[in-house]
Formats: sequence, structure tokens, C-alpha cells
Amino acid sequence: MAKKDLPRKPLTKTRLKNLILNVLRNPFNMIVLVSLIVLFCLILIPLLTMVKSTFTLAEGELRRVDGNVGDFTLYYWWYMAVSNMSKAVLWKPLLNSFVCGFFTTLISVPLGSVLAWLMIRTDIPGKKLLGILVTVPYMIPSWTKALAWLAVFRTPTSGANGFLTGMGIPIPDWLAYGPVAIVLCMSMHYYAFSYIQVSGALRSINSELEEMGEIQGANKAQILRHITLPLILPSVLSALVMTVSKSIGTYGVAANLGNRIGYYTLATRMRVFIDQGPQAVGYAMSIVLVGLAALILMSNQKAIGVRKSYATVGGKGGRSTLMPLGAAKKPMMAFLAIFLFLAMVMPFFVLIMETFQITTGAGYGLDNLTLYNWIGTVDEAQKYTNYPGIFQHDEFWSAFKNTVKLTLIGSIITAICGQFLGYISSRGRGKWYGNLTEQLVFVPYLMSGVAFSTMYFSMFSIPHLGGLIPSLYGTFTLIVLTSVVKHFPFASRSGTANMLSISVELEEAADIAGASFWKRMATIIVPLAKNGFISGLMLVFISIAKELDLIIIMMTPTTRTMSFLAFTYSQEGYNQMSDAISVCVLLFILVCYIVANKVGGADIGKSW
Amino acid sequence: MSRIELKNIDKFYGSNHVLRNINLTIEDGDFMTLLGPSGCGKTTTLRVVSGLEKPQNGIMTIDGVEMINADDAYYAEPSKRGLNLVFQSYALWPHMTVYNNIAFGLKIQKMSHDEIERRVMDSLKMMRIDMYKDRYPTELSGGQQQRVAIARAVASSPKLLLLDEPLSNLDAKLRIDMRSELQRLHKELGTTIIYVTHDQVEALTMSTKIALFKAGELNQVATPMELYNNPIDLEAADFIGNPRINLIPGRAEMKGGELVVKSELGGHTFPAGHLTDEQKPMSGEFDCVLAVRPEQILISREPVEGALPVNVYASQPAGSETIVTLKAGEEEFLSKEIGQVHYDIDQKVWAIIDQDKINVYNKETTRLIKRAV
Repeated sequence: MAKKDLPRKPLTKTRLKNLILNVLRNPFNMIVLVSLIVLFCLILIPLLTMVKSTFTLAEGELRRVDGNVGDFTLYYWWYMAVSNMSKAVLWKPLLNSFVCGFFTTLISVPLGSVLAWLMIRTDIPGKKLLGILVTVPYMIPSWTKALAWLAVFRTPTSGANGFLTGMGIPIPDWLAYGPVAIVLCMSMHYYAFSYIQVSGALRSINSELEEMGEIQGANKAQILRHITLPLILPSVLSALVMTVSKSIGTYGVAANLGNRIGYYTLATRMRVFIDQGPQAVGYAMSIVLVGLAALILMSNQKAIGVRKSYATVGGKGGRSTLMPLGAAKKPMMAFLAIFLFLAMVMPFFVLIMETFQITTGAGYGLDNLTLYNWIGTVDEAQKYTNYPGIFQHDEFWSAFKNTVKLTLIGSIITAICGQFLGYISSRGRGKWYGNLTEQLVFVPYLMSGVAFSTMYFSMFSIPHLGGLIPSLYGTFTLIVLTSVVKHFPFASRSGTANMLSISVELEEAADIAGASFWKRMATIIVPLAKNGFISGLMLVFISIAKELDLIIIMMTPTTRTMSFLAFTYSQEGYNQMSDAISVCVLLFILVCYIVANKVGGADIGKSW
Repeated sequence: MSRIELKNIDKFYGSNHVLRNINLTIEDGDFMTLLGPSGCGKTTTLRVVSGLEKPQNGIMTIDGVEMINADDAYYAEPSKRGLNLVFQSYALWPHMTVYNNIAFGLKIQKMSHDEIERRVMDSLKMMRIDMYKDRYPTELSGGQQQRVAIARAVASSPKLLLLDEPLSNLDAKLRIDMRSELQRLHKELGTTIIYVTHDQVEALTMSTKIALFKAGELNQVATPMELYNNPIDLEAADFIGNPRINLIPGRAEMKGGELVVKSELGGHTFPAGHLTDEQKPMSGEFDCVLAVRPEQILISREPVEGALPVNVYASQPAGSETIVTLKAGEEEFLSKEIGQVHYDIDQKVWAIIDQDKINVYNKETTRLIKRAV
């Protein structure tokens, strides 16, 4: 088609009046405008504020640096990257982060992919049960896995025996703590990510594609190598990238398993600076983390580019013939059983049993069993302790209340915002405001939980713009706000999918019938979006309930959540109580998930 | 009961020019069909009329009232244009019953409860689906959903009814039933209808007028029979008619105001009165294309004076009709005969062609230079 430029019209008075009226009369434009302003304020401004504060001299450094508070300075970046401290501040932790990220990816991506292939494409028995068991680890917060690891491998280095040392098996510190432990724990968490991605891709491959290869005379290995693998490669790559960028930024696991032997990653080192100052160094490290994640994701898009996904479902749809495993069936079953036992059953058995033990690692004899950790009062204690059983402890109930409050309020706000943002990006597909919304909303996805909360911490620790943005430090509001915005990408993605399933023509039909924008919202969009909204809400709910990394920096005694309490107890050496709290968190999440599944038809595969 | 005038309508999507200077007048009571292959701009035109799309250029009036004036950036809201629309997908609200789907627009117009009830039931009865009023759309078959969509559109008594390929999702038999249904509806309501389709049979059977689109432009606006008998250019000729029209190359020359044509069909001389104003060389020979509808070619087994001796190349009996492929020299062409007839392959027969029914096109401009009469 021949291109012709858009007509340029003389701007008459009537035209100007009508142009303005056209914009003002349509409430959709107003919603887009308000959303964009809000997104700018909540995402771009905090990011810029944090960047700015790394170049601004703060009071704490006046002793070391000439100048006045508020002066431009390169001191923090110099301190982090070049000074004689830089090795301990940045380069060593950065290397540790890379090592952990690399090996975690090396284990979890192949593991998840093979599991997915076994479950989707072969005739392995007991798929329904296995399918649930394999995805359960994903519902469990990663820091709980670290606690379970400690329950099994703990050594006296941290003050108490674990299950194995208690049985007299000497466990070296390099196994119990540090990179090996961190990598294995994170692998047990992030393999589920590859599993979910790859199984989705495998499910969409029509088995006729493979059968065609068979007809051409290819054997099973050739089919796998030349047909199946290339088709799932984009999903594998994107799982790989996600795993790298997530594992580099993970805090909870690295802190639980690394801090006690002085093994720091970028994320854990960063928190030390946020807590003890100079905070701007922490911010600078957070920017490094964000930059890394952005770099990794961008290189992924470059590498995969247009081949992001293949339209593999063609014609008659995915009728799928399973590949018989034959003689390999038994070894495969054994592999799965051992894997599930080691990754799930044993650690959590040990974790749960520890909550009933007087001394950890001292066996399950009756003389070592107690309910003290759950319901005991201080005067009943058999060992010296300051803390009563968790159900007798106000701190626990306050944390429980905070957790429920945070998850409820946070997830409802997030889900509603997500639907709105989804509405804007689905109706604005290909238009500038739709694209801008999608890009802005995507930014929190680039940041690991700690980096993101650091950004909010820096934004709200002091009042800005002469008090227009108040200092929210230590308030519950700040924690809710952080949780909401961090979950925007996920919530708006589910909102977009939900809104795309509501045909625009349904709205246009109401428009022609004379329904105003708000009337259309109330009578068409809301009733139709209800189900998708509920399932989106449940997934955000679980995600917020699991969260530790995101809110750990914001915690003050009055705003503690269960996750944080468990983390603190573990650091203080109250292992049994820490375990008991994590069991409570697990139950909370499981109950929520079951409700979500039954009520909203939520699928864990869509969560992250 | 309204007259729609589109003047110089231009519509761009980004730099994509999808409607090019559309000028179209739809008279009061017309059943106007917008016809053309997919992607030619017919649905966009419909959406411009409805108010769901805003063109960058042009003016539209309904009954003399300005609805679009792109120069002033004035676009009346869809609900203020006194029209209703039936979507290709029907766009029935899945969370409302049939009754509520139809009552929705009436409630928004704040009609009384009795009035709404009366109108809903009237339109349901007219579409013969009153027994389904309490069902949800998903509990209805495609044909029934179609009827609900039409009932919803007519319940508000629009002056103008817009239909966007409403029959494309129905099976062949239902489509024929709905065609007669729509024709009756047009008669009963007396409403002006704009109907979008890519199906020429729908267009030819139902419309009072057809607007044929070609790549974002209006190619020809005419009554169905005029469009069928005298397609304005070779593309239109090729698009309309099944089996397709026979196109035979020839050489033409203007002699004394008459058009003299030579081709494998023999020599013809067409009188000045049958020629159009389209541009053609006034002297010297030029390439032309003769177009003859298959049903205009009669076959005789005996020699007839003036008939063209041809060979039977193939014969396809289809029950009610027989399509015969004939060969004259190097040219093949089709003849359609009603009923069941049998010809042997390579049988020698005579083709009788009424020269008044032949269209002649200037090959260079592809435009019609001699009309069929």
C-alpha cells in the first residue's frame, strides 16, 4: 500500500475545542493519565532518587570527605569499586553471587527440564501425584528450605547440632554453610521455574511433529536432538535467564546459610551497608544488582529475539502420543523417588521434628521430645531461654497478625491495580500509552526483592519535596506499598490476560447501546473479569505471604512478619522456634493455595 | 429511515492508509452492501459510520445532521447517531440472559419497565426466539445467538442498522435461512441497512445496492444486477460471479464511432450507443479483453448461423447444472447449461454468443469500454 502522510489540519477554534473535549469526555484517557503519573511516582522517581543519593554526600561521611551535606560526590562509588575496601565490599561478594548463580543455574535448569520431559512426554506412572509433588517446592518459600537444610546439616559452628551431626556423622562446615549449601538450596527452589516453563513448552508441541521425524527415519535420540530440543530451546533459555537473575539477587537463602561463616553475596553484603552505613554504598550496590539483572534480561531478548516462541500448536491441536520408557522406567522412577525424598520429604520431616526437640540433633527419644517450642511458658523451660513457646509469645501473634494484614491488604490492592493496568495495556496494545504502561510496570521485575526494597527505603527514609512525599520509614504503609509495587509486573500480566479474554466488541456493543464508560465498567467488565480477578488475587496473596527478601530491610519491631521472625530466631540460635514459625508459614501458604485452587481455579504454574 | 452521506473519508492506522477518499451516499431505506475481499476497508467503513473509529479526513451526515467533521475534530458519540450494530462475533454479553442482553440498551435509555418488556418481547418474537429469553448466550446454538444479536440491535428501533458479516459463522443451510430472514426484516422495519460481507451471493441476493471495495477505495457502487452485468473493471468482473466470468484477449479498434473487435470468438462490431466514456485510443489497434458470463454462452449440437465452432474440452455435470469447458483455437472458456446434459470429450459443437451481452475492457486501463445491454 502506498504510504501517505497523515493530513495536517489548520488548528481552528472549533477544532481545538473539540480536540480538548474529545480527550476530557473520555474517562479512559483520564485513567491512563492518572495511572501513568502514579507509575512514574512509584517506579521511576524512586529509582532516580536512589541513583541521586549515591552521588550526594550524607552527614555520616563528613569526617572522611571534605564538603557539605548534599554536595555532589563520587565517594560512595569510589569506596565501593576502587578503594582498598572495594575487594571486600564489591568484588568478592560479586564473585560469590556469580558463583552461586552459575552453579544454581547449572543444576536447576537441566533438572527442571528433565523432570518436565519425564512428566509430559513419557509414560511414567503416577503422573498426577508426581505432578503435584514436583511443584510443591515452588510454593515453599526459599528461606524455609534454608532452614530445613540447617535442620539437617547444622554443625556446632553455629551453636547446635543438626540431624546428621547428632547421629554422629561429622559434617564439614563447607558443606553445612556457604556456597555449596546455598547453591543446593536455591537449586531445590528454582528448578521448579524451569519445570514450569519447559513443561508448558512441551505441552504445546504437537506430537505429529515428532511422528513426522519418525516417519522420515530418525531414531529417538535424533528426534530429541533435532526436533524436540530446538522447539523448547526458547523456553529453556528464558528459564535459564530468570534463574540466573533471580539467584544472583536472592537474600534469604544466602543470609541464612552464608552470614554465620562470613560468606557474603552482593545481596547480603548490601544489607550490611543499609543497616550500618554508609547507606549510599548499599544503594550503589543495589544499582549494580539492578544493572546486572537488566543486562541479563536484555541479552536474553537479543539472543532469542524473534524466535521467542514458536507457534507450535497447529491444525488439529495437541494430540500427544507418549514415549514409552521401556527398560528405563524403573531407574527413572527410582531417580524421581530419591529426588523427592531428598529434596522434600527428608528435610521437611527433620524440620518439623526439630520443632518438637529439646536439643536439636539429639535424636527422637521420648526424653528429647517436647511441646515447649509450640506452647511452653518460660518457667517450664528445660534449658536456659528467654522465649516461651511461639503460641505463648506475643511477638508471634503480633507477627501473625502483621502477616495476615499485609497479605490481605497488599494482595487486594495489588490485584485491583493489576486489573486496571491490565485493562490499560490490553486496550492500548500497540498504542504509545499501552506500551509505556507495559514497560514501566516491567521495571520492578528487573530488581531482586532486596534491591527493590532498598530503593523504596532510600526514597522514603527522609521526607522529599518539602514533605509532599512524607517519610514513611518504619510504617506498615511503606511495607504494603513496597509489596504492592513489587508485584505489579505479575499482577498486571494476569490482569492483561484477563482483560484480553474479554472481547473489545462486548464493550463496543455497550457503547453503541449508550452505556457510559463507568456504566460499561460496572455492567460488562467487572462481572466478566471477576473470576480472573479472584485467581490473580490468590496468586499474589501467596506470593506476598512467602516474601522475606522484599521486606526484610523495612522491618521494625512493630511491623515484623512471620517470615522475618523466623529469620531472626534462626540468626539468634532459636532454631526450634524458627522452624516452628516456618511450619506455620508453610501451613498458611498451603491452606491459601488449596482455597485459591478450589475457589479461583488458580494454577501455581502462573505464579512466581 | 435515514440518508447517510460520506464525503472524502480518509482513515489511517499509523502510516497505513486503510480508507482512501470514500464518497458514498446511502439513500433512505436502502439495503446497502459493502462488498470486497478481506482487508479492503469495508468493516472499517462500517465502524466509521457507527462511531467506533474516527477518520482523520472527511464529513459524514445522517439525515443532513453532521456526525463527523474531521476538520473540526468533531465526532458524535455512537449512541447519539441513532443506529445499532450487529457484530461478526455477535458480542453477546455472556453474563446476561437473552432478555437482559436485549433490555440493556433500553434500560440505559431509561424507558419504562412496561415499554422495555414490550419491546424485548416484540423483537424476540420477530426473530422467533421468545422461548429462549431466560437462557444465557452460551446455552444457545450459533444460529440462535445470531438471532439474539439481531433482536438486540433492532429492539431500540434504530434508524440505521449496521451488520458486520453476520452470517459468516453459520453453516451453509442456516445462512440461506437467515438471508431470507434479513430480507424480510428489512421490508418489515423499513430501516436503512448497511451490510458488510465478502460473500458475493449474500450481496447479490439481499441488497438494493452494492458498494464494491478495492484496497481501501470504492470501486463501483451499483444495483446488484448492474454490478453483475457491467462490472466496472476486470478485477470487479473477476470477483463477481460463480463460475467465474470468461476473459478472452482480443484486439480492438475504433472505426467511425463503432468498436471493432477481433478475438478467438470471431469478429464483432459494437455500436456507439453501447460504449462507455472510459478512456480508449481513438485510432489504431489496441489490446482489449472480452468478458462473457458462462450462462450467456449457449451450446448447439448442430451448426447455427453466426455461431462459433468449438470443441468440448471437458464437461462437469453437477445435477442442477452442467459446466462445459469449450476450446476455440488456443482459448478455453466455460459455458453453463441448466439441467443435465452430456457431451463427449472433443465433440464438435457450436457456441452461440449474444454479442449484446459481451463486456469489453481496455486491457491497458482494465476499465469497461463496452457495456452489456
